Amino acid sequence: MSALVEERGGHAHDAAHHDEPGFWRKYVFSQDHKVIGIQYGFTALTFLLFGFTLMMMMRWQLAYPGKPLPLIGGLLGEGQASGGIMLPEFYNQLGAMHGTIMVFMGIVPLAVGAFGNFVVPLQIGAPDMAFPKLNMASYWFYFVGGVTMLASFFAPGGAANSGWTSYPPLADIATAGQTWWLVGMLFLIFSSLLGATNFLVTIIQLRAPGLTWFRLPFFVWAQFVTSFLLLLAFPALQAAAILQFMDRVAGTSFFLPEGLVVSGKALEVAGGGSPLLWQHLFWFLAHPEVYVLILPAFGIVAEIIANNTRKPLFGYRSMVYALIFVGFMSFIVWSHHMFLTGMGTAISTFFQTTTMIISIPSVIILSALFLSLWGGSIRFNTPMLFALAFLPMFGIGGLTGLPLGLAAADIHLHDTYYVIGHFHYVVAPGTIFAMFAGIYYWFPKVTGKKMNELLGKIHFWPSFLFINGVFMPMFWQGLAGVSRRLYDGGQQYAHAQDVLWLNEVMSVSAWCLGLAQIPFVVNFFWSMAKGKRVADNHWQATTLEWAAAPSPPIPHGNFAQVPTVVRGPYEYSVPEAPAAFLTQNGDAAEEAA
Amino acid sequence: MQIPYTVEPRPDTGLFNAKLGIWLFLASEVMLFGALFSSYVLLRTGATSWPHGSEYLNVWLATLNTLILIGSSVTMVMSWASLKLGDFKKYRLYMGLTILAGLGFMVVKGFEYGAKFEHHLYPSTNTFLAIYFTLTGLHGLHVLGGMIVNGYFWGPGSKLWRRDPERFANRIEVAGLYWHFVDLVWIFLFPTLYLL
Repeated sequence: MSALVEERGGHAHDAAHHDEPGFWRKYVFSQDHKVIGIQYGFTALTFLLFGFTLMMMMRWQLAYPGKPLPLIGGLLGEGQASGGIMLPEFYNQLGAMHGTIMVFMGIVPLAVGAFGNFVVPLQIGAPDMAFPKLNMASYWFYFVGGVTMLASFFAPGGAANSGWTSYPPLADIATAGQTWWLVGMLFLIFSSLLGATNFLVTIIQLRAPGLTWFRLPFFVWAQFVTSFLLLLAFPALQAAAILQFMDRVAGTSFFLPEGLVVSGKALEVAGGGSPLLWQHLFWFLAHPEVYVLILPAFGIVAEIIANNTRKPLFGYRSMVYALIFVGFMSFIVWSHHMFLTGMGTAISTFFQTTTMIISIPSVIILSALFLSLWGGSIRFNTPMLFALAFLPMFGIGGLTGLPLGLAAADIHLHDTYYVIGHFHYVVAPGTIFAMFAGIYYWFPKVTGKKMNELLGKIHFWPSFLFINGVFMPMFWQGLAGVSRRLYDGGQQYAHAQDVLWLNEVMSVSAWCLGLAQIPFVVNFFWSMAKGKRVADNHWQATTLEWAAAPSPPIPHGNFAQVPTVVRGPYEYSVPEAPAAFLTQNGDAAEEAA
Repeated sequence: MQIPYTVEPRPDTGLFNAKLGIWLFLASEVMLFGALFSSYVLLRTGATSWPHGSEYLNVWLATLNTLILIGSSVTMVMSWASLKLGDFKKYRLYMGLTILAGLGFMVVKGFEYGAKFEHHLYPSTNTFLAIYFTLTGLHGLHVLGGMIVNGYFWGPGSKLWRRDPERFANRIEVAGLYWHFVDLVWIFLFPTLYLL
């Protein structure tokens, strides 16, 4: 390492790193992909917890409408909760911000920013990301965007309150928090564009010698396709955010039609705009975004399943082709979110057809993961439990999406709790479980220490139970016709009366789910300080991050020498092989032989 | 630590990192302006009436600006070619001209905006002016960004030439790709807004 540092002495100005970085450059403004990954991880987990807390507050209002919030009700202030009772305006802010925080500031930065940043360069045998400075900038754009979003709670009128989708005309005339939302979103978009460009260049350019495309671990493929989606889909929201910003600040009417009357008064704008334009631009991003949420989860689960079944993935190549096909198709399904906007049956037919087609590659990937279990002698450690739970949970989420993709069935289900149940099954017990799996799996790589297995299981089983308690009843409520975004959970509707009791079940489950995260938090910090030290290749894995780098990997450079890849990613239990598993860089085979 | 392929191209892709990076970035820029042009189409087809661009806008000033930008793309290429030929002085000259052309474009644009405001024509006046100000404003920001980058490479950034000429030439090539893109956006904006 030091020899390398001296060698590039002449390029000191351009080289990404100083030799002896001080505290600020080492931990805060670091350009090392591993530190940036950890920064992303901590920030995203904090946002996830915050977004979950918002929801736990909303669930009180849904279960016990009109009753003062216990414990924190008095702290919120009269503007948010009068006498401790949540006001409808505040409920709307919580709803909009819960969605925004979870999707844009929680899961995507965790899945891509944290896992992608830390793992991808290690898995492809690269010393760092291709552009370390951009990588750092990407994190700080994300940070500023996130802080802007949170600060909007203190804007006059509070945070954005027009739903996470920010549909105009409502969002155009909403309180100042919506402008903050737009500015924050622009920062988050810049961050993800820088990140996506960086990932793509890194994966295309910095693969170690011998690491051909079909020797890439599935996780890298997942990050690769995800980055393309981020790169090409996010600009549509960027455009939409710019237009909405102009509507709100410069008084244009991009999304405001003529003759709009608000609170009995005609709105003084030129008019001539189209609210539907926002929906098209928004969903052109937000549908690929759904796959941004799920593809990295597929990647993590695939790594862990191959590792713990001690078998190659079933149909690795089919999975890769399916992944690319999903990525491509995700750009032409967006209008299935808009069947009820009156855009016409011909367009609806086209988009319901593409929607049915896109379910096929998802099913291929999920089936391949299930079949990978067949005949394996499975190690049931904590990461594997979360990875295994992901499979049926994502299955439920995916299959309940089919009726929503059919225009006729969607007329009944649109905007009901059924939709909420559907996408939360995909993202919460789906993606978030995969994220937990990833944390337990790569924790020894990051820290050199292992997380406690018993606490891990105490985290897993109650989480699994209660998360189903939260989301399963939503299907019942939704089929009964209970709409989403209701401040009182449906109290005023005759057709909702039979399923109202489920509100309490869901709320209690949500709070218990919150409690079930305590063992995780304890385990996380305790293991960091006092966890058992582990060997470099703790899980006896084949991929480079375990096989070729120490735990934790050396700062700035990752590998003492550039690894050379000699085989595919999942050579476990190869018949007549010299070792139980053959690492990609060939070391294990040589040692055994 | 040395990141591979920052200067020399990777054999199987034929690209150095930053060149691939800028192409990917430009792909996302295409999507950004593509989304805005699509919005223009949707708003115009949905409108009951739509003014001809020349009713509001000065076609001659825009033609002048088009010529300025195309000229600046030529000088941008010349500056890179000068570096490839090892002539730093000529690079300085051509890069300086490129920056001046950018400045000229912005000044003309400023006069155009000023004339609109004088006649009380604002983004809020109607949808045509709204999309005109938004598209040209965003394009103007891109020109400004390019001028800042080019200015850096004309001034302090050019010290790299003495240490690592190959890498410096690469940087100018990448900056040039961006500059040509900004030029190209204008080539689409001009007829769309002024002539149709």
